[in-house]
Amino acid sequence: MKTFELGGVHPAENKISENKAIEVLPIPKQVQIPVAQNLGAPSVPIVNKGDEVKVGQLIAKGEAFISSNVHSSVSGKVLKIDNVNDQSGYKKPAIFINVAGDEWEENIDRSDTLIKDITASKDEIIKKVHKLGIVGLGGAAFPSHVKLMVPKGKKAEALIINGVECEPYLTADHRVMLEKADELLVGTKILMKALGVEKGFIGIENNKPDAIEHLSKLSKEYKGIEVYPLKVKYPQGGEKQLIKALTNREVPSGKLPIEVGCVVQNVGTALAVYEAVQKNKPLFERVVTITGKAVKNPSNFLVRIGTPISELIEASGGTPDKTSKIVGGGPMMGKALVTPDAPIVKGSSGVLLFDEKESKRVEEKACIRCAGCIKVCPMGLEPVLISQLTKLEMYEEAEKNNIMDCIECGSCQYTCPSGKPLLDYIRLGKFKVGQIIRNRGKK
Amino acid sequence: MNLLTVSGSPHIHEDNSVKKVMYGVVYALIPAMLVSVYFFGFDAVRVLLISVAACLLFEWLIQKYLIKGPATINDGSALITGILLAFNVPSNLPIWIIIVGAFVAIGIAKMSFGGLGKNPFNPALVGRVFLLISFPVQMTSWPVPKPLFSSVVTDAITGPTPLGILKDGLRDGEKISDIMTQIPSYLQQLVGDIGGSLGEVSAIALLIGGLYLLLRKIITWQIPVAYLGSVIIFTGILWLANPEQFVNPLFHLITGGLMLGVFFMATDMVSSPMSSKGQIIFGLGCGIITVVIRIWGAYPEGVSFAILIMNALTPLLNNSFKPKRFGEIVKIDHK
Ligand code: SF4
Ligand code: SF4
Repeated sequence: MKTFELGGVHPAENKISENKAIEVLPIPKQVQIPVAQNLGAPSVPIVNKGDEVKVGQLIAKGEAFISSNVHSSVSGKVLKIDNVNDQSGYKKPAIFINVAGDEWEENIDRSDTLIKDITASKDEIIKKVHKLGIVGLGGAAFPSHVKLMVPKGKKAEALIINGVECEPYLTADHRVMLEKADELLVGTKILMKALGVEKGFIGIENNKPDAIEHLSKLSKEYKGIEVYPLKVKYPQGGEKQLIKALTNREVPSGKLPIEVGCVVQNVGTALAVYEAVQKNKPLFERVVTITGKAVKNPSNFLVRIGTPISELIEASGGTPDKTSKIVGGGPMMGKALVTPDAPIVKGSSGVLLFDEKESKRVEEKACIRCAGCIKVCPMGLEPVLISQLTKLEMYEEAEKNNIMDCIECGSCQYTCPSGKPLLDYIRLGKFKVGQIIRNRGKK
Repeated sequence: MNLLTVSGSPHIHEDNSVKKVMYGVVYALIPAMLVSVYFFGFDAVRVLLISVAACLLFEWLIQKYLIKGPATINDGSALITGILLAFNVPSNLPIWIIIVGAFVAIGIAKMSFGGLGKNPFNPALVGRVFLLISFPVQMTSWPVPKPLFSSVVTDAITGPTPLGILKDGLRDGEKISDIMTQIPSYLQQLVGDIGGSLGEVSAIALLIGGLYLLLRKIITWQIPVAYLGSVIIFTGILWLANPEQFVNPLFHLITGGLMLGVFFMATDMVSSPMSSKGQIIFGLGCGIITVVIRIWGAYPEGVSFAILIMNALTPLLNNSFKPKRFGEIVKIDHK
C-alpha cells in the first residue's frame, strides 16, 4: 500500500465521531462572519449597518488575485461591522448579522437532485469558483481558483483529491466521502475539466475502509477518477506528502505542487465546487467535527459560516466539566482558542475539547540527542538544530538548514521525549527568516 | 468556564519521556546483569551496588549544590552510567577505586559539561579509561568466574582475558592454533564463563539486551550493524590472509567488550551522531579502530578507546552528514 517515505508519526486516531452522520446545526441567532477568511489579501465589506441580506448574498469582495469573496450564511439584518476574536486569538473585522428567517438567494438550487452533466466551460468554472468564494477547506483556506489557473510554462497532469484526513479526531471529510460521494465525484470531474487533466486521484487512508469502498464503487462511473487507499501515517494530508505517496514525485524545496504537474484539493473543496458550479451555491456552510473524549455527543455538523463555536459545543451536549483547552482544527496543527465565541470560518474542520490533563504539555527536560525528531520529520529537517539556531538568533544558519521547508506538522514536538517546544521555536524562526528573505528582495 | 489553556500546536504528545527511554536501556541491561551475578557471585552485586550508588550520589550532589537545578537522579541516566561503569571493571575491584571511577564518570565526564545531554563523551567509558590508565594492575586482574552454587571454594583466583592471552601469546611468537588451546571454548565465551569485566563476559545476554533496544526503537540499526559489520569484515580479511597470525572474526565478536560496546556504549544517543549516514560512519570508525588497537595496539582491548575517539568526531559527523531532505533531489518518475 502506498504512503510517503520520509518520517511520519502514528498518533492515536481517536476518530470518536466517525459513525455520526452529518446533522444540520440549527441556525444561530447571530453570526459573525470574518471578512478575511482566506490566505492572501483580505476582502472588503460591501454591506452597511442596517442592510437586509439573504442567504448566499455577497457581503465582502475579494479584489486581489489571491483573495476570495465572502457571502452571507444567513438572512437577516447587518448589525455592525466590528472586530471579533478569531480562532488565532487576534482581533479581526467581521460582519455581524442578526438572523431573521432563512431566506435564500433565488438563483441557488436547493434541491437534492444530482446534476452530473458538466455544461460550464473551463473558464466559466474558474470564474464561478472565484465568484462564489470557494477556498481550500482542508485548513489553509487558499483561494481555490488560483490553484486552477496553471501558470504559463507549467502543465497540470493530475488532480489529487485529498481524502486523507490524517489529523486525529477529525471526521468531517470522512462523513462527506460517505454521504456526499456522488457530489464529490462530480466536483472532482469539474476540477479536472478546469485544469484540463485526464487523471484524478483520490487518496484515502485505510483507516476509512467504508469510504474507500464506497468511493471506489461509485468512481467506476466517472472516467479518469481512481481511488487509492493509503497506509495510515501522519502527515499524509500534507500536499507534498500526499503527492509523494500517490505519484512518487517530490515537489522541490520552495516550489508549488504544479512544478511536478499536480494540483491538490480537499474533498470538502470538491463538494463546494460541485455546489457552486452545478447549484449556484456560494460557500457559506461546511461540515465541522465537534469532538473530545469527554464530549457527550461528538458530532459532525453542517454549520453556517460565522456561527460561534460555543453553539456547536452546546449542540454536542455542553462544555464538559474540567474542559481547559478548545482547539480549532485537529490536535496536531489546530489552534488553541482564546474564547469559545470565535466564529466558524471556511477553513474550520473541527473543534476539540480537552480536559486539564490533555491540555498540559509534558514537562520540558534536557535534550538527550536521541534524534527522534529528525527521524519523524517528513521534510528531512533537523528540528533540534533549527529550533536551537532560532533560539540563538542564528537565522541565516537556520535558513541554510532549510527551516523554510518546515510544514509545521508538529511531528517533531509530538515525538520528543524531552518535551522540547521545537515547533514553537521553528515557527518563530520561520517568521524571522521570512522577514530576512523579504528584505533581501527589496534591496 | 475556567480560563482556557492557549499554546501552540501540536496539542498531543506521544507517550514518551526521557525516563521511559532511560529505563528501557536499564531493562535491556538486566540479562547481562543476571549473568554477571551468576558467574561472579556476591562480588558482582557489590560492584554494581557501589557503582550505581556512587553515580547517583555524585549526580545528586552536583546537580543540587553546583548546578543548582531541579533534581535529575530520577531520570535514569545516572543509573545507566552506574551499571555500565560496573560492567566495565573486574569484579574484585576495590571499593574506593570504583568510587573514583564513578566520580570521573559523573562529575567530570557528564556534569562538568552541564549534565544530561551535554556530555560529548560517554561518561561510563571515560570513567573506565581513567581507571585503566590510573590503576592498570587492579583493572586487569580478572577473577576467574566462580559460578554461584559451585563447589569451588578457593577465593581470588585471577586470570587473563581471552584477548589478553591472545595478545601475550602472539607477542611471544606463538601460533594461533597453539594459543587457542589455552582459551575457553566458544560456548563458554558465548554464555560468559570467561575472565573479564563484569558485564562484558556474556555475548548472548548482551545481544538479547541489544535486540530489545532495537525492538523498542530506543536505538537504530545503523551503529550496531556498521560496527559489527566492519569488525567482521576487517578481521575476516586478515584471518583469511593468514589464519596462523590472525584470529578468526567469531573470536573477536564474542570476546572482550565488543558486544557491550556495540549495543550499549556506541549507541549512547547523547554522544553519537544523529543522522543515519553519520551513524553508519560512526559505527564503521568504531569497528576499524577497535580492530587496529586489538591487533596492533599496546592494549589487548580497543573498544573503549575506539568509541571515545569517535565520540570526539560526533559534532563533525553531525555537521557533515545531514539527513536526506525532502525535495532536494528532483525525482520525476513519469508513469
Ligand atoms: S513541524 Fe517542521 S520540523 Fe517539525 S517534523 Fe514537521 S516539518 Fe519537520
Ligand atoms: S527528539 Fe527531543 S530529545 Fe530527541 S533529539 Fe530531538 S529535541 Fe532532542
